[in-house]
Formats: sequence, C-alpha cells, structure tokens
Amino acid sequence: MASSSRQPEMAVPVMDGAVREMGGAPMPLVHPSVAAMLELRRAEEGPEWLATLRDRAAEAFARLGFPTRRNEAWHYTDLRSLAELRFAAPERGGAARLPDGVADAGAPRLVFVDGAFRPDLSDLDSLPDGVRVESLSSLLAMGGGEGRLGALADAESGTFVALNTMLADDGAVITCTAAPEAAARLHLVSVGRGGGERPVAFHPRHLIHIAEGAELTLFDSALGEGAYLNNTVAEITLGKAARMTHVRLQAEAATGFQVSTVFAHVAEEAEYDSFVLATGARLARNEVHATLAGPKAVAHLNGAQLGDGARHVDTTTVLTHAAPNCASRQTFKSVLSGASRAVFQGKIHVHQVAQKTDGYQMNQALLLSPTAEIDAKPQLEIYADDVKCSHGATVGELDADQLFYLRSRGLPLAEARAMLIEAFLADALEAVRDETLRAALAAATAAWWARAHAEAGA
Amino acid sequence: MKAMLKIEGLTAAIDEKTVLKGIDLEVPAGEVHAIMGPNGSGKSTLGYVLAGREGYEVTGGSVQFRGEDLLAMEPEDRAAAGLFLAFQYPVELPGVGNANFLRQAMNALRRKRGEAELDAMQFLKLVRGRMKALGMTEEMLKRFVNVGFSGGEKKRNEILQMAVLEPAFCVLDETDSGLDIDALKIVADGVNALRGPERGMLVITHYQRLLTYIVPDRVHVLLGGRIVRSGGPELALELEEKGYGELQQAA
Ligand SMILES: Nc1ncnc2c1ncn2[C@@H]1O[C@H](COP(=O)(O)OP(=O)(O)O)[C@@H](O)[C@H]1O
Ligand SMILES: [Mg+2]
Repeated sequence: MASSSRQPEMAVPVMDGAVREMGGAPMPLVHPSVAAMLELRRAEEGPEWLATLRDRAAEAFARLGFPTRRNEAWHYTDLRSLAELRFAAPERGGAARLPDGVADAGAPRLVFVDGAFRPDLSDLDSLPDGVRVESLSSLLAMGGGEGRLGALADAESGTFVALNTMLADDGAVITCTAAPEAAARLHLVSVGRGGGERPVAFHPRHLIHIAEGAELTLFDSALGEGAYLNNTVAEITLGKAARMTHVRLQAEAATGFQVSTVFAHVAEEAEYDSFVLATGARLARNEVHATLAGPKAVAHLNGAQLGDGARHVDTTTVLTHAAPNCASRQTFKSVLSGASRAVFQGKIHVHQVAQKTDGYQMNQALLLSPTAEIDAKPQLEIYADDVKCSHGATVGELDADQLFYLRSRGLPLAEARAMLIEAFLADALEAVRDETLRAALAAATAAWWARAHAEAGA
Repeated sequence: MKAMLKIEGLTAAIDEKTVLKGIDLEVPAGEVHAIMGPNGSGKSTLGYVLAGREGYEVTGGSVQFRGEDLLAMEPEDRAAAGLFLAFQYPVELPGVGNANFLRQAMNALRRKRGEAELDAMQFLKLVRGRMKALGMTEEMLKRFVNVGFSGGEKKRNEILQMAVLEPAFCVLDETDSGLDIDALKIVADGVNALRGPERGMLVITHYQRLLTYIVPDRVHVLLGGRIVRSGGPELALELEEKGYGELQQAA
C-alpha cells in the first residue's frame, strides 16, 4: 500500500477506515458509505495515466475514509451527518432549467447541473478574446488533461480530494491569456439537484490557468435544492504577474453538503484575490490552499460565512509563503444566528526562503444568539527570520448601545439588527472591487438575513 | 392645559440601585421645560427611561405621552409616537453611513405613520437644507455615523436628526456640553427653529448658559433623583449665581 504513496517518506496516518491488522490477517474496515462511494467508480476507458491517477485516488480514499474529529484538520467539523449517508451518482442529462436565484453577473455563463456541464443552459456567446473554456469531460474524452489534472491537488492530501480525483468526470477547464485591459469576466454556476431516493454526490474538478500577465475575474456561484453533496476541487495556476479575482457565492440548498477545496499556485508578481460568501448548505467546508511560489506574489483570501438554524460552516485556509517578498491578507467574518456553528482555521506557513513575508490574518465573529458558536484556530508556522506576520480574532455580540441608538430613532429591532450586521460585513465586502459582484453578494446577504430572521421568529 | 408628557411618581433603578426616587413632571405642548442639576443627579437616567433604554428598570410610577402609556412601548414605538432623545454621548456606528442611517430612520417612522417613504433625491433635498442651517458640511453625510466626529460635530448631528425627523417631543441631554459659544448658538438656533405650539421639549443641562439661548417656560431642579424645586426662567439665573449647594443642603 505504501508503494502507491507519492510521499513514501511520510508516515501513513492510521484513521477510521484504515487497514488494520487483526489476528495477523489484514482486514479492511471500510465504512459502508466509503464502500458506497467506491462502488460508484466506473470502469475507466481513458488513457493509462488517468487510470493510474484514479486507482491511486481510490486507494487513498479507501484508506483515509471520512475523517473523524480525531483528525486534527477536522477536529471542529463533525462529518457524521455526511458519512452516514449512502450517496448515489447523479443521473446525467434530463430536463433542467436555470433556477431563478442565479445572479446576473453580466458575464458569459458556464452552467453545471449536478456537476455536469450543460451547454444548453450555458451562455458562452460573448466569451471574451483570450479566454478559452472547455469542459473537463470533453478534455478527457479527447485524451487531454495529463499533467494538469492533479498537478496541484494530490489525492493523498485528504479524503475529499481523493474522492474527487477518483470520481470527477466533469468541470470547467479555463485558460486565460486576456490582458488586464480586456477586463475578462466569467460566471461559473453549479446547480445541485437532490430529490431522488438517495442523495446524490458530484465531484466537479475545475482546472484554471491564468497565463503570464493575463487577468480574469471569475464569479463562482453554487446553489441547489434537495439533498446532495457538492465536492468540488479547483486547481488554479497563475503565471508570472497574472491576476485572478475569484468571487464565490456558496448558497447551496439547506439540505445540501458542500466541500470545496481550492488549490491556488501563485507565481512571481501574480495576485490571487478571492472572496467567499457562504450563506447556504447544511454543512459546508471551504478549504483553500494558496501557495505564493515566486517573489512578490500576493494572495487575498477574504470572505464571510453566515450561519442560521443548525447549519455548520467551516473555512480552513493554508497559506504557504514559499518565496521572498510576498504578501498575504486574510479577513474572514462570521455572523451566526440560531444554533449555527462556524469554524475558522487559518494557517500561515512561511518557508525559510520566504524572507520579507508580509502576512496578515483576521477572523471576526458576530454571534446573534446564545446558542451560536465559533471555533477559531489560527496557526503560524514560520521558518524565516525576517517576516511580518500578524493574526487576530474577535468574537462579539451586537452592541446594545448601538441597537438602542438605532431603535430610539425609530428603526424596528429587526431593521436595526440588520443594519449593524450589514455594517459588520461592510468592510469585508469592500474587498470585492467588482461592483456587480459586490451587489450580488450584498443581495445574498440580505436574503440570508431575511431567512435567518424569519427562522428566529424574532 | 393638557400635558403632552405627564410623569407621575416615577422611580427607576440601575443595577438595583435606585436612581430616580419619585419624579412628578408635566410638560404641555408648546412649552420648553429645563431640567437642571449637578452631575450624578439622575438627569440622563430620566432621559434614558423616557426613551426606553434596557437596563434602566422602572420600579414605580407612570409616564403618559400624548395620552398613551409610554413605558409599555418599545423604543422604536416611542420614536414613532413622536419622542426623540438627543443623547449626551451620541453613539458611534462604524460601517453605517450617516445618510443611509438617517434616511432609513425617517422612512421607518413614515411607514409607521402610514406616510409615503422618501426616495434618495427627496431625502437629500430635505437633509441638505437642514444641514446648511446647522452649519454642517455635506461631507458629514458620507461618513459613518458619529465615527471620527468631534464632540461638537456629534451634537450637531443629533440636532440634525431631530430637525429631519421632526419629533413631537424632544428631550435634549446636555446638548450644550463641549460646545464653544459659536456652536452653541447654532445648536440653539436649530432647537429654537423647532419650537412651536404643537411641540414640547425637555432641555437637560448642567449649566445655565444654554438657557440664555433657549429660554425655557419652566425650570426644574433635579437633585438626588428628585425634583426639589421648580420655577420660571429666573430660577436658572439664580442657580447660576448660587450654585446647587444651598439646595443640596436643604435636600
Ligand atoms: N450604567 C450605570 N451603571 C451604574 N450606575 C449608573 C449607570 N449610569 C448612571 N449610573 C448612576 O446613576 C446616577 C445618575 O446618573 P446620571 O443619570 O447619568 O446623572 P446625570 O446625567 O445627572 O449626571 C449616578 O449616581 C450614576 O453613577
Ligand atoms: Mg448626564
């Protein structure tokens, strides 16, 4: 087994679902939901490299299983509600329409339904020059993708990447060579459709490359209905002095799960600027691994997670400074009502070569109810000596004096609360410079509040 | 004359400490009454109790406002009923734009009264006129509410809100403190412009100074949570000369 590991020097961790010795004979203890996922793997008709990749991923997935809270990276997010389910593969094709809730980003649109590209629902007529788009399924069908699929996302790195690598059959493959003046924009839409007998799981794999000096704004929105797991992995590479603005809206169905793992590789002088707004899903994990790989590279990982009801939202970032003179900024805000829970785990890893690193991380939470909770775990791992790294965290409630001031001017309690929540989120949202997208996020925030407020019955 | 605001036997406590020990006070429509008293006598507490601030527990007595039981109402309903408190220490609201705040407050009040909301243009037109009269720059509308405002700017902002919201009854809590004489005159002019036969006012102040510009109909002295003396405007001058010492000894 260890022979298939790409990092043989690393000890293979023993976790639930691992192969254990019992009475001398090896006995695989594969969890039923893991087994159900493994069964979904179809016979591979593709090239050998792909079959090998899938094999290794399947092996890693079987070995890793669904992490429990004993796994440090998942200590604050309990996956039992997900691991209990036996997911089916989604039915492909069939009638579908674009849900009403899809924001108009004023950009060409790529639509995926249950993870499958749907040209019939997409609108790629006005694709800007220098932006090439194809689906992963067609790339693979034509024998392409070698060296690109899995370039950044190692199946050994975790359960969900392994699962995605084993089963991913579609996604967006985007190559951008458009100059900044072209102001190229693109909208990626994911629609989840539960509603069958068994919940469905889909595993989109996006491969995005921004060439040297090019620039792209990508709006990535996910929504749906019913019970499903959207397990997305995105591999993003930015060439020298490239720029990507990545604005994401996670508005999955309240009965859906989303696990999203983004790998961003940022070359010299390039900038990856991301903002994630999470308003949906029963349980959501947003994991971002950004690596500043060349001097003067920049990464902004900003976002807001809004919780209501019994929802669980997790943001986990790993920011690796692997080159000197790079800067990273992370500001995450959580607003939690009801009995919702949020997790923020942010790790800044500064390699020894990464002198003059400028790293900043801030995590702020606003708890709207006594039963809402946040777990925060900042982590600094610094091996260089000339760096400036800071992190901070605040947790608070709405300020009673501010609320009273607003109410004394005639604003009803709900409106006063909404105003203060909006104010709390305002400086986070300010980071989104694209006005159309900022407005879309503001609308999603307002919709979340309307729902959270109605649920709270206040 | 029928009182617009009628306070009877009002007692109130903060953290179980009794601060108001039985207040009786009537302010008819069209009149301006002043409440004077040394620090700690309970002036702000009275203002907060009227506005409905949490943590200020009414332990006895009643307050009728325009014939209604004021103490039974939520703060926002008191505002809708026409009560306005200009805070001694206006609250800062980072992230809340001043113009947006003021417009939303005005429209909330208009909705409650069944009046049409004002759109951004109508609102701006109204607010610009009021700001000019108060010697305020329009730039203050773009800033976050009271954030980075000087003491004087905060007080003017309170008066601006009052001028825009046009409440039936104004409680001004030490609106004069921290103002230089020019600012004081501007603020007093703003307040006087709102005086009218339908409007009542309760002007809380520590010093007589403000009352030379806003001449009250009645002056009440609040000491140790009780009104110990009431009189005409001349009482303010008397207090200025003699201080509160004599009254404190008598109390
Ligand atoms: N938040 C509070 N907690 C405890 N005591 C308070 C609080 N606010 C006011 N007090 C007390 O109540 C009394 C009256 O205060 P206040 O109404 O502010 O007086 P004034 O406005 O006349 O200066 C004082 O003894 C003060 O210490
Ligand atoms: Mg006071």
